[in-house]
Amino acid sequence: MLENYFPVLIFILVGLAFGCVPIVLGRLAGPHRPDAEKLSPYECGFEPFEDARIKFDVRYYLIAILFILFDLEIAFLFPWATILKEIAATEGLRLFGFFEMMVFLGILLIGYIWVWKKGALEWE
Amino acid sequence: MNFVVPNFAPAYAELFVAAMGVVILLVAVFLKQSARPFAYLASLATLLGAAFITWYTMDGQVSYTFGNMYIDDLMGDVLKLMVYFAMAVTLLYSRGYLTDRKMDRPEYFVLATFATLGMMVMISANHLLTVYVGLEMLSLSLYALVAFDRDSARSTEAAMKYFVLGALASGLLLYGMSMVYGATGSLELSGIAQAIYHQAGNRTVLLFGLVFLMAGIAFKLGVVPFHMWVPDVYHGAPTAVTLLISTAPKLAAFAMTMRLLVNGLFELADQWQAMLMFLAIGSIVLGNIAAVAQSNIKRMLAYSGISHMGFMLLGLLSGVVDGDSRLALNAYGSAMFYAVVYVLMSLAAFGMVILLSRAGFEAENIDDFKGLNKRSPWFAAMMMFVMFSMAGVPFFVGFFAKLAVLQAAVAAGYVWLAVLAVMMSLIGAFYYLRVVKVMYFDDPLDASPISASADLKLVLSANGLAIAVFGLMPSQLIESCVAALAGSF
Repeated sequence: MLENYFPVLIFILVGLAFGCVPIVLGRLAGPHRPDAEKLSPYECGFEPFEDARIKFDVRYYLIAILFILFDLEIAFLFPWATILKEIAATEGLRLFGFFEMMVFLGILLIGYIWVWKKGALEWE
Repeated sequence: MNFVVPNFAPAYAELFVAAMGVVILLVAVFLKQSARPFAYLASLATLLGAAFITWYTMDGQVSYTFGNMYIDDLMGDVLKLMVYFAMAVTLLYSRGYLTDRKMDRPEYFVLATFATLGMMVMISANHLLTVYVGLEMLSLSLYALVAFDRDSARSTEAAMKYFVLGALASGLLLYGMSMVYGATGSLELSGIAQAIYHQAGNRTVLLFGLVFLMAGIAFKLGVVPFHMWVPDVYHGAPTAVTLLISTAPKLAAFAMTMRLLVNGLFELADQWQAMLMFLAIGSIVLGNIAAVAQSNIKRMLAYSGISHMGFMLLGLLSGVVDGDSRLALNAYGSAMFYAVVYVLMSLAAFGMVILLSRAGFEAENIDDFKGLNKRSPWFAAMMMFVMFSMAGVPFFVGFFAKLAVLQAAVAAGYVWLAVLAVMMSLIGAFYYLRVVKVMYFDDPLDASPISASADLKLVLSANGLAIAVFGLMPSQLIESCVAALAGSF
């Protein structure tokens, strides 16, 4: 029973190593000259510590929303990709599964064209 | 795994509406000058085309598709036809209002089309996930529509409230669905019904799930104690959007209630009927009493809508008496009739508010109806028909709708409930008749003649006359509602 979970243990160990080793390596091998700027948390061009109630450019928000929308489609592509071969192997459904997803992507594409045409992707 | 090509035929209308929504979105963004009239006409054509498809594929048979996630039956077809009708009338009424306020952007009509699609999916759902997908499709379109007047603080506030409360209600609904799934092991409504029939699963979990499902349904219908969003959203939204929210989605909410409670959880009828009774009493009492205090006609109609939904529940809660479901068909038929009649009256009432509004002026106070008889005797008469019908004055169609649900309640042995409902509708008569009184006996605040396009005037007149004329043949209408339901359970 427990040995079934052995790959999971390996996975966790590899994951930990993947995160930790570069940090340790960097600390050991790299030069170490800290200053105030370097030690402050990085915050995408904003001051890291200030009043949270600032005017926030709505364009960040727009980009974030669009990113989430188009990012989510990947979540639908994964399960589809795992069974696409099975669908294609079924008699009479050779390309059905493929075109089913193309319809879905087509609808997303139309959304993308709309967003583009509306100027939501232009920064200025 | 077995794969089969689904039978698309039962969902042709939905596929058509979905395709047209996408086409309108895409074409309108490339058109310059003609985008607005194109989106308006194309969305009306979509509704007309969908009505043709639904009409010609309506055969009274029950068919399932998409792995039993989708059901096509007579109740669904009839409700869908009503939804197309209500949406088409809504768009007709809204056109001038939107143009005057520079709100007739193509996206308005696209969102209305997608809202229609959401309602169709809700009506034809045979699976908890399909119910949820349809509900969210409708709700997300409505949130965006409420906020359509972006520069109005009141309308964005209303949209925010609607969104936050709506998201909470969706969460409750999903939580209830997960518990029902946990207890029965099925997401498909007929599978759930079977599992409960065979006493499978943990009954406590099932009842817990039912309570949460009920909260989601109550929110969608806008009944006490989940009614808080109704007055604020009706008041804050542009009147054209209020018109949309208060009509067709009520039919979809009725269908969702029927699907979840009757198709899915019928074996628990004694449980949910008790809950519906609580909701109905609360709505009828609070709706009618709170409406008396309103000076804004949109808020007044919102509270009146709450009480109307309470009345509709009277029909839904009288189906099963001591495990005997012989009365169910008539009771649910009366509730469906009530929902359809309410939609008809609500269309006309908000249509009148739109008629009296013009660019830069919202006729949203009861005072704005003062002396309407002197400005336009014809439309004063139409408004009187609507108000009389909503109040339940005999021989208007609203009277027969109330009569039908009260008869259902009495037949199920809830005489005290019927008496309470009648007493509350007497209180309700006060605020409806107050509108009639200010129209006929007060002097107008503003004597300018009514400026509205001919199509609005024509359709509104037909709408008002329908309320009077349908009152002459109520029994046929109720019987057709009962006949529509007969095949569904």
